[in-house]
Amino acid sequence: MSIDLSQFHQVFFEESLEGLDLMESALMELDVSHADIDIINTIFRSAHSIKGGSATFDFKVISDFTHVLETLLDQIRDGQRKITKDHVDLFLQSVDCLKHLLSLAQDNSLEVTEDASALQKQFEAILEGDSPSVEATSHIVDGSNIESNDSSECWDITFHPSRDMLQTGNDGIRLLSSLKALSDSDIYEITCDVSEVPSFEFLDPEACYFSWKIRCSGDIAYDEIKSVFEWVEDDSDIIISKASPEEPHSMAQPEVAKSDAPAEAVSTPTKKLKGAKPSSENTFIRVGIDKVDELINMVGELVITQSMLSQLSDLVDSAQVPRFGEGISQLEQNTRELQESVMRIRMLPISFSFNRFPRLVRDLSAKLNKNIELNINGESTELDKTVMEKIGDPLVHLVRNAIDHGIEMPEERVKAGKPPMGVITLDAFHQGGHVFIQITDDGKGLNKDILLSKAIDKGLITESQALTMSDEHIYDLIFQPGFSTAKAVTDVSGRGVGMDVVKQNIHALSGSVDIKSKLGYGSTITIRLPLTLAILDGQLIRVGDNIYIFPLVSIVESMECDADNVSLLAGGKRVFKLRDEYVPILSLGEVFNIQSDNTSIDGALMVVVEYSGHKVGVIVDELLAQQQVVIKSLEKNYQQVMGVSGATILGDGMVALILDVQSIVSLFSKQKNIEGISLLSSANKAS
Amino acid sequence: MSQSNSPPLSDTTEDQHVREQNASDQYLTFIIAQEEYGVDILCVQEIRGWDNATPIPNAPKHVKGVINLRGTIIPVIDLRTCFGLGEVEYTAVTVVIVLKVKNAEKDRTIGIIVDAVSDVFSLDSADLKPAPDMGDADEVSCIKGLANINDKMVILLEINTLLNQGSIPDLSSLDIK
Amino acid sequence: MAKVLVVDDSASMRQMVSFALKSAGHSTIEAEDGKKALDICSQVGSIDLVLTDVNMPVMDGITLVKNLRGMPSFKFTPILMLTTESSADKKTQGKAAGATGWIVKPFTPDKLVSTVARVL
Repeated sequence: MSIDLSQFHQVFFEESLEGLDLMESALMELDVSHADIDIINTIFRSAHSIKGGSATFDFKVISDFTHVLETLLDQIRDGQRKITKDHVDLFLQSVDCLKHLLSLAQDNSLEVTEDASALQKQFEAILEGDSPSVEATSHIVDGSNIESNDSSECWDITFHPSRDMLQTGNDGIRLLSSLKALSDSDIYEITCDVSEVPSFEFLDPEACYFSWKIRCSGDIAYDEIKSVFEWVEDDSDIIISKASPEEPHSMAQPEVAKSDAPAEAVSTPTKKLKGAKPSSENTFIRVGIDKVDELINMVGELVITQSMLSQLSDLVDSAQVPRFGEGISQLEQNTRELQESVMRIRMLPISFSFNRFPRLVRDLSAKLNKNIELNINGESTELDKTVMEKIGDPLVHLVRNAIDHGIEMPEERVKAGKPPMGVITLDAFHQGGHVFIQITDDGKGLNKDILLSKAIDKGLITESQALTMSDEHIYDLIFQPGFSTAKAVTDVSGRGVGMDVVKQNIHALSGSVDIKSKLGYGSTITIRLPLTLAILDGQLIRVGDNIYIFPLVSIVESMECDADNVSLLAGGKRVFKLRDEYVPILSLGEVFNIQSDNTSIDGALMVVVEYSGHKVGVIVDELLAQQQVVIKSLEKNYQQVMGVSGATILGDGMVALILDVQSIVSLFSKQKNIEGISLLSSANKAS
Repeated sequence: MSQSNSPPLSDTTEDQHVREQNASDQYLTFIIAQEEYGVDILCVQEIRGWDNATPIPNAPKHVKGVINLRGTIIPVIDLRTCFGLGEVEYTAVTVVIVLKVKNAEKDRTIGIIVDAVSDVFSLDSADLKPAPDMGDADEVSCIKGLANINDKMVILLEINTLLNQGSIPDLSSLDIK
Repeated sequence: MAKVLVVDDSASMRQMVSFALKSAGHSTIEAEDGKKALDICSQVGSIDLVLTDVNMPVMDGITLVKNLRGMPSFKFTPILMLTTESSADKKTQGKAAGATGWIVKPFTPDKLVSTVARVL
């Protein structure tokens, strides 16, 4: 039988990464002065499982590395060694190192990294340094005094099992038949000694009173025979000796392999064998994400079919089919519930994303000599797996910022009358079909004057604009490209990728972000995200014969385009005076090269949409319904299309394209051969 | 074979049949501008009547748009336009052949619009004649070969290369008559 | 053939063991900790062989063996522990609790199947 073990690799990687996360959070939780045995057990088990798996699946580098880790943990667990803060630090570094090794293994490029060998050396030094007394409790019977030679051997074996052998599930008959299987010659004699069987009234039906004498021959090695009795040798009398075939049986065989440790004597170790905290009481099944997506897809189809039926139900004569309408509304409800349940499969608690922060805050605050406590609330709030993956980096950036720029140095805090320990709070909650994530710090807060003067310096706003800006707009400045409040670019934050990227990433998820701050008291950043990326609230619009969909979140307002407010710029571009700002106008019909009803811009319908803080007016022919649409990929079978982020299927089965405002603008700019963003931002500043 | 009562003759014919299946490939042929083309039938997922497609903005002329294939969005491509053979009104017999196209990264499903579907035939690989060398490697690599079926020339297309190319070549210059 | 209960908290090990046993014609039931295994055993009633990991959350392998031996229908059922070579005292503890024997990790699918054959 040859089994391709690589089919289990993915599962191994996944569970190992989960194990490492568990190990990391257990290490963070661990109080070195009063080490909780349950926590240490959890840490040990993670290392132990990774070692076992990596050895089985032949990732030698990983199993070698985890071996030293496990050995040290085992000694700590057994109380032979006390865990220290240095150990915890080393273990935490090992978690990172193992994650790296696993990712290498995943890419088929596993090799010993510098980190790994350095850490391994440190562990080995600890283990060798003051090695605790480990008693070798090996009961291996040395068979080296038995010479084996290649020719056919003849063996005499005496097997005298313990009375309670049967109660360990070992069976004399099975042992003897596996012994017989070794023998390839005819000589296999066996005699059973029944002399110990008591009289019937004293007979314990569950005890074994027999012993056996066996003579077998063939090309059998001593070790092969020994391995047959491997599981019973500790509590049985087993004598294996070489015999010459001519020699008759005799019971009087010498010493060779007698081990007389009865089972009871061995069961002395009194270790606490209590399991770790029973947190994972729920059962889980592991399902590939593709299966879930397929299911979501199919339910999406069902929703479309259902809405088609609902539309058709108007045509059905309710007098002739009285219960039709009832059935349709039942179907509608069931479909909606089914869709919600299916969507929930993709949802994970946000703790998956939050659990990296205790470590991050610990490491960073130590590096910056700040004193910071992290509070996490709403860890069980669920959101879509993909949204969670994509929000991870922006969150890290925001938390780093809060640590670096938000929380002051302890002495500074004391001067300001605050406790030396700063507090950062992560909150997550559901509200109105959205997930909210808040990052709050009790640090110095944003200084509006500094923000304004900086924005003026950088040419982002004019001085006259600065006078009229609302607080909200001022705080929003930090999300502008090229704006960073850090005086010096530090190692911790402000490394080129700024807050503008954070905002852009959140926008890409159809989310939004805003800041509230009070000077001297701290800031709160609130991120609003959709529950899922698979469904979008859309505004259907028509241009000529085509129906397109705007994401509802991108629409600011819609209005009739009054020619009096339109002015022409160089390059055939037009801007619309919307209250106190100028908004560029583009016609979707022109950009997409399709026939549109509108011939003149005057009186045309204009939808004002927003992207990355910019506004643009899009001329369309008609606004149609607003509805939830299931997002489908165009790239799967075709390719990326400029101006379009995806497609959906409408109630009548037709495909409608979902518009991507940013990409429409760059398509428009390309057509006009002008750099889009610069023109737009200068237009926005024109007021 | 332990069944002794089965006539030996039937065994041989069955074997022969199996052998025939293995040695030859089956092709679906279709017509574009009176010319007959063939594609490996294993690539064909289904054949459906022409139905309005949703146009893709600024797409090349031969990409007629995207359609809903039971919940999946697939592009449909007019092979006639691709081959530079002019455009015609789509009629009741205009069909879309839905093909599974493989390339290095992923499998894609694509519909091709043809004038009409013609036939299915088996062809022994030995009867496949190489395409004439027209001095243009790109164009020829889309052609798997030529075959003569019932005195008619059939152009067998290599859809994996044909539909994976960024720009589908103009085959109108290829005089194969 | 035989009905085998595979108990391990590592999903990859469970899958590998199950796959190897199924390839050898056995049927398998999986449990991710001792507690779940015990629940299954009390429901199923008869199992031909139990393969269990030692270190598991909630209930470890040795406690599982002790519990199983206390159940009349599992008194004589073969139970093999999946142990690592370093844990010699685990073997003796396992034996004391009533385990039939052990298979030392890491093992290949072939080694697993041939070892299992010794008790079935």
